[in-house]
Amino acid sequence: MNLIELIKQPWPWYVAGPLIGLMVPLLLIFGNKTFGISSSLRHICASCVPAKIPFFQYNWRKEIWNLFFVFGVFIGGIITLLYLKDGGAVVVNPKLVAELSQYGITDYSGLIPNDLFSWASLSTPRGIIMMLFGGFLVGFGTRYAGGCTSGHAIMGLSMLQFPSLVATICFMVGGFIMANLILPFILSM
Amino acid sequence: MKETLKNTNTDFEMRSLDAICISEEEIKTPSWHNLKYLLFGILFGIILIKAEVVSWFRIQEMFRLQSFHMFGVIGSAVAVGALSVFLIKKFNIKSIYGEEIKFPVKSMNKGQIIGGLLFGFGWAMTGACPGPLYAQLGYGATVTLVTIFMAIVGTWVYGLLREKLPH
Repeated sequence: MNLIELIKQPWPWYVAGPLIGLMVPLLLIFGNKTFGISSSLRHICASCVPAKIPFFQYNWRKEIWNLFFVFGVFIGGIITLLYLKDGGAVVVNPKLVAELSQYGITDYSGLIPNDLFSWASLSTPRGIIMMLFGGFLVGFGTRYAGGCTSGHAIMGLSMLQFPSLVATICFMVGGFIMANLILPFILSM
Repeated sequence: MKETLKNTNTDFEMRSLDAICISEEEIKTPSWHNLKYLLFGILFGIILIKAEVVSWFRIQEMFRLQSFHMFGVIGSAVAVGALSVFLIKKFNIKSIYGEEIKFPVKSMNKGQIIGGLLFGFGWAMTGACPGPLYAQLGYGATVTLVTIFMAIVGTWVYGLLREKLPH
């Protein structure tokens, strides 16, 4: 099996995790930057619609590296789609497959379920809630918490910061509540 | 001169509000140097997708404790990150520009709890945190544009209400 074929396979956690962790020293050493992504959303607000809100009154150009980084993540997605796709569907726990099939979610070919997230499902109640409300909570929650999975869970925990531990635990608790207790109602809509 | 300095400091304080990844560069670097961040971003995007951590299905598995995958990824990433930070501090490693590497210290507030829970809800719904959203879009899920737009709206509304929210 050649290298490209190997790269095309889904990567196991013990390969991907350390590589993600290496982003921390890479950004620190090559530019004295602390790893974090959700701030990019704030810089977009500050650059496009500051609307005289004090929270967006700062020189966002000083944080432009962050926008370069997230644009890179987008390009990385395109490169993977074009050159590194393996074509197989994601393999998940059979229990999850059984549960999701109750809600008509059976297509595992994409990163996000086509049965749930598509332009067409924007006209369904569950599509609206999942995409519009879910997206809103991602933006609102990360900023309120002061960081996301990269800023708090990875960078913050790497720096052994207590607030980041609290934030990470809350991310997980929120996710558990949503996935197990609330999502069944939304998906049944 | 004094005025300029004051302005810069206020600007830095404003930028550091509710943000963990903020940094004040003392050394002025040419703007094309930003291209390295583009490259790092590309690498990060490829890793996120190939590790399936941007998969909505994998996130559902994680929150149902049905797979070790996500916990393994996050856990080993933190282990490598923490070891790197430890080594950088211990050997006082400088950045390539010769700068001292600084680590911002964040103070505890209610935001990490309330905001954290709200983001957790959003993460389980969209199957994505902010980084993965950009990766999903690049990977051809065009409808993610809607989710990203709403995440920007969410950030904006937070900025609008910030003074009224408990911190």
